Amino acid sequence: MNSKTLGYILKRVLLSILTVWVVITITFFVMHAVPGGPFLSEKAISEKAQAALEAKYGLDKPLHIQYFTYLKDIVTKFDFGPSLKQRGRNVIDIIKDGMRVSAKLGVIAAGIALAVGVVLGSVAALRRNRIIDKVIMVVTTAFVSMPSFIMGSFLLLLFAVKLRLLPANGATSGGLILPVITLSLSPMAYITRLTRSSMLDVLGQDYIRTAKAKGVPAGKIIFGHALKNSLIPVITYFGPMLAYIVTGSLVVEQIFAVPGIGRAFVNCITSRDYPLLMGTTIVLATLIVVMNLVSDILYKVVDPRINLE
Amino acid sequence: MFRFSMHVNMDDFIPATDEEKAYMVQMRPSSTFFKDGVKRLIKNKVALVSFIIICIVTLSSIFIPIFWPYSYDSMLGVQPGKAVDASYNNLKPFTYGKTELAKIEAGEKVFPHVFGTDSSGRDYFIRVVYGTRISLAVGFFASIIVLIIGLVVGSVAGYCGGKVDLFIMRIVDIIYSLPDMLMVILLSAVLNRTLETVISGTVFEKIGGNIISLFVVFALLYWVSMSRLIRGQILALKEQEYVLAAKSTSAKGSWIIKKHLLPNCISVIVISTALQIPSAIFTESYLSFLGLGVNAPMPSLGSLASDALNGINSYAYRLIIPAVVISLIVLSLNLFGDGLRDAFDPKLNG
Repeated sequence: MNSKTLGYILKRVLLSILTVWVVITITFFVMHAVPGGPFLSEKAISEKAQAALEAKYGLDKPLHIQYFTYLKDIVTKFDFGPSLKQRGRNVIDIIKDGMRVSAKLGVIAAGIALAVGVVLGSVAALRRNRIIDKVIMVVTTAFVSMPSFIMGSFLLLLFAVKLRLLPANGATSGGLILPVITLSLSPMAYITRLTRSSMLDVLGQDYIRTAKAKGVPAGKIIFGHALKNSLIPVITYFGPMLAYIVTGSLVVEQIFAVPGIGRAFVNCITSRDYPLLMGTTIVLATLIVVMNLVSDILYKVVDPRINLE
Repeated sequence: MFRFSMHVNMDDFIPATDEEKAYMVQMRPSSTFFKDGVKRLIKNKVALVSFIIICIVTLSSIFIPIFWPYSYDSMLGVQPGKAVDASYNNLKPFTYGKTELAKIEAGEKVFPHVFGTDSSGRDYFIRVVYGTRISLAVGFFASIIVLIIGLVVGSVAGYCGGKVDLFIMRIVDIIYSLPDMLMVILLSAVLNRTLETVISGTVFEKIGGNIISLFVVFALLYWVSMSRLIRGQILALKEQEYVLAAKSTSAKGSWIIKKHLLPNCISVIVISTALQIPSAIFTESYLSFLGLGVNAPMPSLGSLASDALNGINSYAYRLIIPAVVISLIVLSLNLFGDGLRDAFDPKLNG
């Protein structure tokens, strides 16, 4: 790793920190711009109770002081304050609970997408222009552009309602199967296409021809030489894939009633639980930003040929 | 030492006759860049079929509501002064409510409910048509907003260069790395409440605060990739000699941008705008699905699909219809955009 690479990494890290700060700032000020403030509930409460509530949550202080307190609590204690609607619980605890389910869902979906996508992409590249390649390309084209909520609804309809093979409720055992499939299909299709095109690119390189000329067996060429290099572009997709899975999980958890962070996020929009909404936005956004950062850096570090501008 | 000799057939050097000359002249009108592109586009079967599908869907979403006898928000079972006729709710396709059946008995003709009715007794076909109309309109206008902002910012950054460029591009970098969907959800959840009070009583009330906030969000966040693209184009183009020539005749910066630079990157602009439309439609249907889209009773394809999830056991077709329409629109717009890119971006063909 030379100084140029280090400089690049430093620049990307700083930009990511800046981005997270912008997210926190936007979230905070947007939430406080809501008319009536976060405590305007449907039930009218007495002025005294209102004042007491505001004092308890620090809402009587000037806005900039509230902002700095909020920022300080997040940075130093990872504390997003208490939830408004779920009495007695802290936002961070609700996020942790949701994360436990959602992380499992997301990691399995990403794993399946990677494994199946790489295999299908390699198969398509090696059998270029044969029937299997064409079938894979048509199916993946359809999957890539299909919104996650439609995919989820269709799978729910087919496997849970019509065939009654799999449970529709994500909280039951085996209930994560359908959500995982829903979330993995679109990234899988994308990885397939990515692997195919980069594999075709690699297979045309001189060193592959050299290996062939030396008489290296086909299997060894593919797994020893071609696959490693053709996986490099897939690394760049890690960040967008996580972003897709996070936003996809918002609707997928809603459709299949999975008790994850996505459902908590959507529910707090309707229940107007502002601290929870702020907390989940910031946590999910940070996750996406960090993942983008990691995949960008990994991409540059893995392949020294890549030009750093 | 070496001798070099050549046998030349002198007949090959006889001047051509007029007949032969006429044979060499190609009598065909010169082709323009646009004509070439259209020709390439028509050859591309996938893009052509997608274009036809888009035209059919768009035209029918505009014209069907004009002659369709039902409206998207009238509950057929509810007549003023009478008890609610529940027989109109949840009609299967091509079935009729009680009073309609009576009319048919009496020999009158009743327009069929092609897709049946929904749980409130509203004709489902016209709701799907209206939903399509909303989705297409949102996609179109959102892309226009993105185009205008991206065009102005991108060309200013690219042309001015230096500190202005550096400053704009840093902002673009930050906005670009914001997780867009989360910000969209957050902003539309909050903006909607802020806008509700502002727009009440105006034309915008019918469209609903959610759609306005969707536009605002697009205007705030989605212009960055467009402006990046245009900046890159302008940066490359402004080094060309004709720009130097224009400058030497003391042309103003805005003139050079308008007359020389933008027309030369028009194909890139058109293509990326075309590809922006499906992504905007996607975002709108996603938000509607989460309940952040158009205000009820106005339908959108996303909200129709999400409403249909409740009755999925008995009325699966109500989910399938809007889902198929969204997929069809998004897919054909994407394929058409790809076709446009292949046809009009000669650099990519290289």
